[in-house]
Amino acid sequence: MRFLTRITLIALVLPAAAAAAVLAQPRTGIVHIDGGDSLPLTEHGSQLYAANCASCHGIDGRGVAQPRSGAGDVTGQGPSLRGVGARAADFYLRTGYMPLETPGAQPHRQRVLFSQRELSALIAYVASLEDGPPVPQPRPDRGNLADGFELFTERCAGCHQVVAQGGVATGARVPPLENATATQIAEAVRIGPYLMPSFSERDISDRELDSIIAYVQLAQHPVDRGGWGIGNLGPFPEGMVTWLLAALALVAVCMVIGRRLRE
Amino acid sequence: MRRLRDLLVAVLALLLARLARRRGRRTRSERIVAPANGSTRGETAAAALLFAAALCAAAFVVVYGFDRLGDQTQLLGLALGLAFAFLAAALITIGKLLVAVEEQEDEYPEPAHPDDQEAIDQIARESAAPITRKKLLTTAGAAAGGALVAAAITPALSLGPWTDTSSLYRTPWRRGRGLVDGDGRPLAADDIGESFYTAYPEGASHDELGAPLVVVRLDPAALELPAERVDWAPEGIVAYSKICTHAACAVSLYRKPKFRPTQPRPALVCPCHYSTFDPARAAAVIFGPAGRPLPQLPVVIGPARELQAGGNLSGPVGPSFSGVRDRPANS
Amino acid sequence: MIRRAVQFIDERSGAAPFLRKALRYVFPDHWSFLLGEVALYAFVVLVATGVYLTLFFEPSLADTTYNGVYEPLRGTTMSEAYKSVIDISFEVKAGLLIRQTHHWAANVFVAAIVLHLLRVFFTGAFRKPRELTWLVGLAMLMLTLPEGYLGYSMVDDLLSGMGLAIGYAVALSLPVIGDNFALGIWGAPYPGDPAFESRMYITHVLILPVAIGTLLALHLTLIASRHHTQFRRRPPQNERKILGLPTFPAQAPRSLGLFCAVAAVLFLLGGLVQINPVWQWGPYDLAQSTNGAQPDWYLGWLIGALRLVPGFEPVIGDYTPVPNPFWGGALFPLVVFAVLALFPWLERRMTGEHGFHNLLDRPRDAPGRTAVGAALFAWVFLVFFAGSADRAYVFLGLSYEAQLWVYRGLIWVVPPIVFFVTRRVCRELQRSEAIERERIRAEGEATQVWTESAIRSGR
Repeated sequence: MRFLTRITLIALVLPAAAAAAVLAQPRTGIVHIDGGDSLPLTEHGSQLYAANCASCHGIDGRGVAQPRSGAGDVTGQGPSLRGVGARAADFYLRTGYMPLETPGAQPHRQRVLFSQRELSALIAYVASLEDGPPVPQPRPDRGNLADGFELFTERCAGCHQVVAQGGVATGARVPPLENATATQIAEAVRIGPYLMPSFSERDISDRELDSIIAYVQLAQHPVDRGGWGIGNLGPFPEGMVTWLLAALALVAVCMVIGRRLRE
Repeated sequence: MRRLRDLLVAVLALLLARLARRRGRRTRSERIVAPANGSTRGETAAAALLFAAALCAAAFVVVYGFDRLGDQTQLLGLALGLAFAFLAAALITIGKLLVAVEEQEDEYPEPAHPDDQEAIDQIARESAAPITRKKLLTTAGAAAGGALVAAAITPALSLGPWTDTSSLYRTPWRRGRGLVDGDGRPLAADDIGESFYTAYPEGASHDELGAPLVVVRLDPAALELPAERVDWAPEGIVAYSKICTHAACAVSLYRKPKFRPTQPRPALVCPCHYSTFDPARAAAVIFGPAGRPLPQLPVVIGPARELQAGGNLSGPVGPSFSGVRDRPANS
Repeated sequence: MIRRAVQFIDERSGAAPFLRKALRYVFPDHWSFLLGEVALYAFVVLVATGVYLTLFFEPSLADTTYNGVYEPLRGTTMSEAYKSVIDISFEVKAGLLIRQTHHWAANVFVAAIVLHLLRVFFTGAFRKPRELTWLVGLAMLMLTLPEGYLGYSMVDDLLSGMGLAIGYAVALSLPVIGDNFALGIWGAPYPGDPAFESRMYITHVLILPVAIGTLLALHLTLIASRHHTQFRRRPPQNERKILGLPTFPAQAPRSLGLFCAVAAVLFLLGGLVQINPVWQWGPYDLAQSTNGAQPDWYLGWLIGALRLVPGFEPVIGDYTPVPNPFWGGALFPLVVFAVLALFPWLERRMTGEHGFHNLLDRPRDAPGRTAVGAALFAWVFLVFFAGSADRAYVFLGLSYEAQLWVYRGLIWVVPPIVFFVTRRVCRELQRSEAIERERIRAEGEATQVWTESAIRSGR
């Protein structure tokens, strides 16, 4: 029994530890500008851009269409940033989606290694490249929760899961939205990052967007009237509770009750 | 009061071990149940557990009485669950400490009863003996029984169109039928932007498999439709049935690359088993277990830029069945 | 007092001899015999909570608008069925407790049956004269799967509605008769005739419970009339004599205690751990779907199979003989159940043993059976586990496509390996026991010789 317990513990802990290690890896290779804080914002941003982004996004943000070897062993390839505006820069930088390690990789939420000043600088620089949409100012308090639920189910749940727990879309991992701020949701809906489609004002009006954000904020803390929400994923964790909690407990009770005939 | 308690015990005879000792009027000389030492500690424990169970059950009633209580479901579950848990502990204590735990021996029953088997066979044979034409009567009996069973099952045919599968080919789409959104508003070509849209037939029920479409706009240069469908996608607007041809889930994922050089091509994906369809190539299956591409609807842009169907879908919608490829979809 | 009651009953029913025998019926004394009882008591809780739910559930798909306390659904159009379940969850006091207990009980019920089946299988309790008991038990298992499926599908929420569509697709995929069969059951192409909700309801509430209950009574009667099997542990125990605890007073408090423990676990779960929060899924609409949809655990092997089967659909001219969902959704469970059902006779064929068996094998005592069972279990378990590949992708970042290929290989490679390894392990265990027995015997002999010589030499 002891051996079994030990093996089970190892089998459970090891992969979890490995996963945690993988996900917590800090990104290396952010270049900071000495004395940048005293530079004007856009100038600071320009220098940061040149050091951290230009290898993929090109000089003056014109993009790199064909893969191109850059400094070190970095292969650069990336879309143009001209006209994406403060909105896109704000989204990708504040979520940690950018910088991206390799051009083809899927961006995911990571620890942001830029300081607040550096972020403002980069956003200002990208916004200055060409006229583009500003950072949105959503008002989820003005949204309607029921409308948001309906809209989210119709347009978003297929990828993001109906309670925003994320999921799979062939070739991509759809992120859960538990850490998304209202601004980031508004930005993502309009931008359509990575493989997500972009929804214009005609597709989803600003008012509808407010409702969707209100719903996502609810989904981040859903109404778990039934008790422990176990991840709000449905039958998957429910099956785990059935076997790892209930079945184990009941087998234990059987063992306590059952009594061997004395040998 | 005693009579009440005794009555209770008579009904719940299994639960109070103490009564088993009050034997009183016995007329048998040898014991049936082996003697046991019992245990005062066990009795105290059992009594305490039973009172605890009573308390928890009472708590359930009290909690139930509140009209608005936060976490009421949790408190109710805790109360009732603990009541049963204490009762379980009490019973197990009684079983282990308070009653005799005997090792009884018993014989397995006879494996078979050949005499009775023989007798039954004999009864059957002797009863059938007067009948001279067994085969005739057996055949007639089988005919009667079989026909009666068939008759009894026949009303089940009313459950649905068992023999008529033509409804599986019907869709509400026909030439000239407008595309509308979920609220019934007509969809215009200019409504179709960069994301994906669900469309329904104007003036028909939305609640059938043939109704919902997924509409996307692609770069016309990137389209690779078969020759007969070249004009099914004006301005690159393509429309496919939204119902997955694998197992009928709604194909509600649209994978749209932001930067095509490093990202996979646009695709419609079903979230159930991840069948993936290529909208540029007539919804051909590029991954997953689906066996057929999504049926495509020819799209026509009307005079006021409204979207209309140019005909019926290219094939029956939904999951495959044996005849799914032998007939086109009809209206 | 008891005597008076017994006299009353016996004079009016003649039941005293039966009761006397029943009170002293001998139960085998091992904890693994209680697993079947766990299932039985879960069924009792199911029926009790289920009856309560029928007093509130509205089995109708008629449209209605919700205007209750749960804000995200206010103003939404939904079916009466879905609305009644939201009301049970939010407006009826203790409604959510009973609903969740009922659903947990269903999950635990099937889990207990599976554990019980494993115990019966790996100890050979299904052998003559208990093949009928085995078949009745398997039939119950086969009925509980659709029973649970219909139970959560009646609610008409987004998650279960998707599952119903898949059920329809599997029905359609049956060769030759699929289209007729599906149209007959649903009454019309999916979503079917509105009466389909009533069909699900009456099947779940009456037809299948009565069938399961009848089979249960048959199962218990067969067990009692042929008597339980037992593990062989002491000399008096053999094929003819059983040693154990009598019903009364020893076994009864244990069994009742187990019932209360099962009820305790189920009600604690029902109150403390949320299950199937249908208000979070929203009402069903056939044009909508959500990512991460799964059936309840006991159908997880089917979703794994449906996802693993590659997208091939052979065609003969214009005729589609085997639509794709058939392989994973119908053939796979059919094969598993067929092997299980035929196993008593298959084993008889393989071992040549046709006699009665009242004594159980330890798994190691039947290496062939244990190996086959382990291999079959490994096969089913891997397919089941493959159904979670999408969650593994989301949590651990393992490519979904890569996982599929790995599983497709594993499900064919691992079971034969499991077979050979298990058989080897059983044989080694048997051999080591034989060696141990030999060693003890030799030591005993040596001690005896030494003692005798010591006596002879006058010490």
